[in-house]
Amino acid sequence: MDAGAIPNPAGDSLRRLGESNEPPGLYIHIPFCLSKCPYCDFYSSTDLTAIPDFLAALRREMSLNEGFKSGFDTVYIGGGTPSLLSQTLLDRLIGDILTAFTIASDAEITVEVNPGDTTAGRLTALRRAGVNRLSIGCQSFDDGALAFLGRRHRADQAVEAIHRTRDAGFENLGIDLIYGLPGPYGDAFATWLDTLRTALAFRPEHLSCYQLTVETGTPLADRVRKGEIALPDPGFQSRYFHRTAAILEEAGYRHYEVSNFAQGDRFRSRHNSKYWNHTPYLGLGPAAHSFDGRRRRWNHRSIAAYLKELAAGKPPTAESELLSDEALRLESLFLGLRTRRGIDLAGFKRRYGEDLLVEKEEILKKLKEDKFVEIRNGFLMPTRAGMAVADSLALI
Amino acid sequence: MDNIRNFSIIAHIDHGKSTLADRLIQFTGVVNDRDFQDQILDNMDIERERGITIKSQAISLPYKAKDGCSYALNLIDTPGHVDFTYEVSRSLASCEGVLLLIDAAQGVQAQTLANLYLAMEHDLAIIPVINKIDLPSADVERVIEQIDSELGLDSDTHLKCSAKEGTGIEEILEAIVARIPPPKGDQKAPLAALIFDAKYDAFRGTVIYCRIFDGQVKAGDIIRLMYNNATYRVEEVGRFILRREKRESLSAGEVGYIIAGVKTVSDVRTGDTITMDNRPCANPLPGFKEVKPVVFASIYPIASDDYEDLAVSLEKYKLNDASFVYEKDSSAALGQGFRCGFLGLLHLDIVQERLEREYDLSIILSVPSVRYRFTLRDGTVIYVDNPTHYPEPMSITKSEEPYIRATMMLPERYLGAVMKLCMEKRGVNSTLNYPNPGRAELTYEMPLAEVIFDFYDRFKSVTQGYGSFDYDLIDYRESPLALLDILVNGERVDALSQIVHRERARARGLQACERLKDEIPRQMFKIAIQGAIGGEIISRTTISAFRKDVIAKCYGGDISRKRKLLEKQKKGKKRMKMIGNVSIPQSAFLAVLKSDTE
Repeated sequence: MDAGAIPNPAGDSLRRLGESNEPPGLYIHIPFCLSKCPYCDFYSSTDLTAIPDFLAALRREMSLNEGFKSGFDTVYIGGGTPSLLSQTLLDRLIGDILTAFTIASDAEITVEVNPGDTTAGRLTALRRAGVNRLSIGCQSFDDGALAFLGRRHRADQAVEAIHRTRDAGFENLGIDLIYGLPGPYGDAFATWLDTLRTALAFRPEHLSCYQLTVETGTPLADRVRKGEIALPDPGFQSRYFHRTAAILEEAGYRHYEVSNFAQGDRFRSRHNSKYWNHTPYLGLGPAAHSFDGRRRRWNHRSIAAYLKELAAGKPPTAESELLSDEALRLESLFLGLRTRRGIDLAGFKRRYGEDLLVEKEEILKKLKEDKFVEIRNGFLMPTRAGMAVADSLALI
Repeated sequence: MDNIRNFSIIAHIDHGKSTLADRLIQFTGVVNDRDFQDQILDNMDIERERGITIKSQAISLPYKAKDGCSYALNLIDTPGHVDFTYEVSRSLASCEGVLLLIDAAQGVQAQTLANLYLAMEHDLAIIPVINKIDLPSADVERVIEQIDSELGLDSDTHLKCSAKEGTGIEEILEAIVARIPPPKGDQKAPLAALIFDAKYDAFRGTVIYCRIFDGQVKAGDIIRLMYNNATYRVEEVGRFILRREKRESLSAGEVGYIIAGVKTVSDVRTGDTITMDNRPCANPLPGFKEVKPVVFASIYPIASDDYEDLAVSLEKYKLNDASFVYEKDSSAALGQGFRCGFLGLLHLDIVQERLEREYDLSIILSVPSVRYRFTLRDGTVIYVDNPTHYPEPMSITKSEEPYIRATMMLPERYLGAVMKLCMEKRGVNSTLNYPNPGRAELTYEMPLAEVIFDFYDRFKSVTQGYGSFDYDLIDYRESPLALLDILVNGERVDALSQIVHRERARARGLQACERLKDEIPRQMFKIAIQGAIGGEIISRTTISAFRKDVIAKCYGGDISRKRKLLEKQKKGKKRMKMIGNVSIPQSAFLAVLKSDTE
């Protein structure tokens, strides 16, 4: 392979520019779904006939990036819907990854699964292949909500799916949920609390609770624009956020990122955390992003373009940007302030030459008084209220 | 002299003045069609965008008429806003006639009338021209009727054209020759030239635009400006035909320019008379007024690092705007800046926009004020145009504010609404006349402060554009005044303070709070806005904090996109002034003066 053709995202010289000394993470995007959910703007196609070609191309993209000698300590297979791949294909995909790259023995290997796809066979195959974490896209345990979200499964299937994953031996389980659906606030909120209670009954190691967001170009955005539906106003959204966090913290979860909760630090999503602390990552598959500490590049958001480039032996990069210190600084702030860990003040000063405690003394004092942030052990940490306004905090 | 015609085009805004000027220029062949840049006379971006002419210019059009003779048709452009009425009057004083341009679809409008009256005051020949006859909505018959009934002109004398399509242009040029009298004047008499405009040229200094009434001027002459008796040696005279064209001399009846080593335009006064130092004319030409700023506001850079840039930019700007004055100022809330004087709020807007656009500065303007007069306990009289310098209330024995006489012409049907508005604005001593049937001439004496801030816009709105308005400063009158302070989160923002009529203080305080509530975006903190007089809080409002602004998800693919959004927000925030922890947008400072009705 031609190592010069593709920048080595984990090259040591580059990695020093980032803030983290962790090994990089590997993301694989499986761009296929049986049907498109109206709120989702992740890239995927419902033309499943392209799967074999895609997997072949993905192998080529892996081989173009074999220069990652330092290896990865997290692998995340997302989508799309990776779980719609057959048992055999999943097995083979994971085998390919392990062959192409050095994966740490204690790596966190996550696969996103849809409740409808959790056959015992698939789960066993994943487990056997070395997958040790599942992220289940339950979204809700209410059939009405699931129908609105365009999901293919029913609530009872989600419940069964969770049982099956436990039966298959998965000990690190994440459940994804969505709140803030349209409708009378009282009813919608009651439904959400039920969903949250149902999820908690399974004691998942990890919970992601996302506020339904209107992404441009989605059918949901269309309906909102036409005035057919309206999402809760900001006051209600804030209440969802605060109540959810309070309930989950009460139940023993740690609110470690705006939308993410874990039973202790051990079960934080190690892979996703890399995004928030500027650790380099390599993303493979259409629309996947990679970051080497300085440069971020992303692949074509089209299976056809992706296949075409790789068929010609070229990297399927659509665009890339070299981040200035100023851009990295801003990212550092807004990403760091999404997490409870916050910003390592000494590290920030070393990297960007700015002592936030001095330069932002006055506003930080006010933010502390108003309980948006805490300063503890050399970290600037957002409180729960602070996380809710993390974007504004980043612009202080 | 018989072959010279000096004229202006006067029109309501948007009735096509600049387009017609362009057509006349094109028709007379001063510029070929290929090089033609639309609307040559409005050569500043802002003018073009706002469709108003701010500064006038003059252009000399060579025209061979059907009578076989060649003429110099001097088109003197006029500014088109009430802030610049005096400049208009000086331009008109340099003419013998006007084209009164009326939009065939809109008919007679407020400025049509205001300009007509100005032209009549100067005894000018008036040629009504109906423009835009190509519009589907054109109603030429109605306009002809209006010329007769509303303007009191002989409707038989009208011309029709479409400046856009270039029809009727020759007829207009012929009418200028036939119906506007040639200038009179004595070439042998001592020089008397009226200054109607001045522009700054980076290489030559000030270029004075003038109309020669008597005598002659040429390079080498020592001229004297009669207002301040300053003398200058003439370097060059000439006419303006798209570019300056040098000539031997300018003589009685002609319009042209003089370059005489005058450093800045502030050294010359529009309306002043130029004469010869060694052979002066007996009296200056009539009508000179020293234009004084009536509205004052402070300008601060948003980033204090930009102070030096602002200083340099103001100096440059001032070179070309004699009516703009400024001096150093500082604010507890906004830091170092400049106190500036303007002819009116439009003038202020223009200055702000030009500083931002041409000099790339982000600036904040404090709340504008008029100039008040206070008599203090020790007998001294002081003038205060900056609320920051409001005297200690206990030391004031008498407080006075400037009054104007407003003269309004309007169709009778709007009389009730206008009188109500004038009364609301503390108008007194009204007079009412009917110069012609159906049209009322209404005068009121009103405090300047009331008129400046939102009177003009509201007047236009209640008369649906059919009223014309002009004012003269008359005197200072005793008035109970108070200093209204605005506190943002308990901190006094001096740039938001205003001097108000005591009886209106409460209402103004409330209004200011409400306006600020609309203008200041929600932030992380609750923002308390209070109006206070002395120590007493008279009004308050709060802007509640937003509680959630973060997006739910942010993974690999979202980061660049999200950062770009934040970069944009950050840029927007840079255009706001941080006061304490509150970001206040520029617009807030002017908005406090706006009333609810807008």
